[in-house]
Amino acid sequence: MTIGTKFLLARYADCAFWLGRYMERAESLARILDVNLHFSRDSRGSQNWRSIVQLNADEERFNKAYDVASYANVVHFYALDRDNPTSIISAIRSAKENARSLRPMISTEMWSHLNVFNNLTNALTPDDLKPSELSRVCAFIKEECQTHTGITEGTFFRDQSWFFYLIGRQVERADQTTRLLDIKYHLLLPADQRVGSPVDVSQWNALLRSVAGYHAFRRVHPRGMSPKQVATFLLFNMSFPRSIALCLSEIDGHLHHLKTGFGLRAGNISMELLDEARAALAGHNQDSVVQFGLHEFSDYLQRQLIAITAAVRQEFCGVVPDSDAA
Amino acid sequence: MNDGVDLLTAYDRQGHWCEMLGGDGAPAEHASMVRDRLGGLTLSDLVRRSEVAERELYNLGITFTVYSERDVIDRILPFDVIPRIISPRDWDIIERGSKQRVNAINLFLHDVYHDAHILKDGTVPAELIYGNAYYREQMRGIAVQHGSYVNVCGVDLVRDQFGQFKVLEDNARTPSGVSYVVENRHMMQRTFPDLRAEIGIRPVSDYGQKLLEAVADLAPSEVQDPQVVLLSPGVFNSAYFEHVFLAREMGVPLVEGSDLLVENDRVWMRTTAGMAPVHSIYRRLDDAFLDPEVFNPESMLGVPGLFGAYAKGNVGLANAVGTGCSDDKAVYAYMPRIIRYYLDEDPILDNVDTHICREREGLAYTLSNLENLVVKPVGESGGYGIVIGPRATQEEIDDIRVKLEANPANFISQPMIDLSVCPTLIDGMIEPRHVDLRPFVVTGQSCWVLPGGLTRVALRRGSLIVNSSQGGGSKDTWVLEP
Repeated sequence: MTIGTKFLLARYADCAFWLGRYMERAESLARILDVNLHFSRDSRGSQNWRSIVQLNADEERFNKAYDVASYANVVHFYALDRDNPTSIISAIRSAKENARSLRPMISTEMWSHLNVFNNLTNALTPDDLKPSELSRVCAFIKEECQTHTGITEGTFFRDQSWFFYLIGRQVERADQTTRLLDIKYHLLLPADQRVGSPVDVSQWNALLRSVAGYHAFRRVHPRGMSPKQVATFLLFNMSFPRSIALCLSEIDGHLHHLKTGFGLRAGNISMELLDEARAALAGHNQDSVVQFGLHEFSDYLQRQLIAITAAVRQEFCGVVPDSDAA
Repeated sequence: MNDGVDLLTAYDRQGHWCEMLGGDGAPAEHASMVRDRLGGLTLSDLVRRSEVAERELYNLGITFTVYSERDVIDRILPFDVIPRIISPRDWDIIERGSKQRVNAINLFLHDVYHDAHILKDGTVPAELIYGNAYYREQMRGIAVQHGSYVNVCGVDLVRDQFGQFKVLEDNARTPSGVSYVVENRHMMQRTFPDLRAEIGIRPVSDYGQKLLEAVADLAPSEVQDPQVVLLSPGVFNSAYFEHVFLAREMGVPLVEGSDLLVENDRVWMRTTAGMAPVHSIYRRLDDAFLDPEVFNPESMLGVPGLFGAYAKGNVGLANAVGTGCSDDKAVYAYMPRIIRYYLDEDPILDNVDTHICREREGLAYTLSNLENLVVKPVGESGGYGIVIGPRATQEEIDDIRVKLEANPANFISQPMIDLSVCPTLIDGMIEPRHVDLRPFVVTGQSCWVLPGGLTRVALRRGSLIVNSSQGGGSKDTWVLEP
């Protein structure tokens, strides 16, 4: 009797990809909220909160639901708003719904944890998001996401679905790193004379800490911290788990494994797009990328990641592009 | 530990047959060890462990799902921690009786869809079958592997005040609930290891493998290594947890209609490596939704062309198409005659006495005894539309009288059975609550009964209706080793 490992339903591959993406997204959203809490502390006032909304191109939806871009509104919009598909609570709910479809494939422990996590986040109230509490709540979400990662690492059967899960996670992680970089440059570019000022360095410092990258950065650069160095670190470092270069390299490894380890013939377009992105990355160094424009480069990478997502889903899962939204 | 007060001292079975204490003059010896251990627990301990168990069921997602417009709500089937215990002697009757019944139903279905002897000679009225909403003319003349139409059957049993098991109904389409049988056992193993220590309880954990074997038996005989799948309506189905559970236990893909396609009368599934063949399907989808080309054309859940592949013998389906004409309440009334007809044996498990209102005597008896009878519409399930005479208001009696006179063939009636009770934890007290039992019979080439079954319990005081849609819960069911 044929059981289990020989085939992977195309639909399961898609669900695994999105489970990986949404859990990573929940974690990153918590990180971004947290880092913005830090930014808002340096007397820039509400402008920072409006900027997150602009950055995510969410202004139209935000304005429909809220009258002012206050701390409370923006934090609610990104943390608890069920009608906002890019909120933390929506990401966790979407992760759970993908996991529900994937339940025959994932471990009971993965499902159970996600189920409980989802119930805990559903119980959060606006009171939990007060400035005094937000950091704690963000830490809770990060830790639960990391627990998920640990349970998954320890229990997920290493068939094809595991690799689709990992591809989803790495695509999202790369995407979120480009957004983190962009938050920073978005804030600073209009007044480029401020780049390198002391305030600026403290913000880069906060950003690095939010991605658990401060000490890693220090191992590469024991002294000093320039925006250029931080950006370079987040883009090119091959040892930092959230760098774009490492994420893309890991996606490449997973796609190759699907081809060689499982004999899948699909994936050529995905690989081509990935190669393009990696070549673009390799063609830059810390000076050229700043000259080119960090915002423009982040934008290019984001578009390339969207294209890779569409290609993976189309080639392996038979999902026609634009047939549903991310 | 418990102040010397036995937990069950205050328990009163209130004159009913009790699964833990027995009935008048018949103590339930087989349950004495569990009864003593239970009696030695404190009520607070029992309550605490019960809460742990319910929370764990919820966290593990052993739930049915209710969808509202914006929320997804998971609910657990209420679980009672006091087990229902069945003696080896009682089990022997249940097991043999259930197999006999499924055997007769399979012979009946084969006959109905081939030469229809039993209808032609009038043993069963032909219009009962041909007028039945679940009769499928398309099945006529189609060969079913091993003549095995009903591969999974749930035989609903009740126990009367004399301790006799009687069949209340057969579920020959897509009976559900077996996941609770297995998960309830796991839950009891975790929360009450002390209650079951040193007691030989027959295992229920190999259900998935037995089901896989039976479904694989239905694949085309030339296929050496059949690919089995479980076909589910999808995550929106309230029994989705059970579909997941069974797919995992069987080690087969859980597919939805859109994952399958039929080409040249062969069934394929869409995988990351392209199309892969499918040889046998455990489907948890009603006949009407299976194939929009043959049945309900509106169905988005099914697979166009599936019935064609099935009719050609290229794919097995469990259960077969068209089994619903055998488990109808009207046909049920004829089941003792059906058993004698094909097997030349007396039924091992009796029906509840049933008056067939389509027959003149049955209708007359029913109309003149409405206050004492339970009247059931034949086409309904889930406990809907039932009128319990002794508990009905005059208005309800008048209403059912009108309905009976207008359309007698739509009804059967039965005496009110005093269902057995089981001690049950209700709001921190142990009280008697009525229970039934659904054993699961799995049939491919051969026939096997899961030694256990779903004990459903009516949690409302005095209620006889155990369906989960009407406030029922479940208990772990222990069949003792002989």
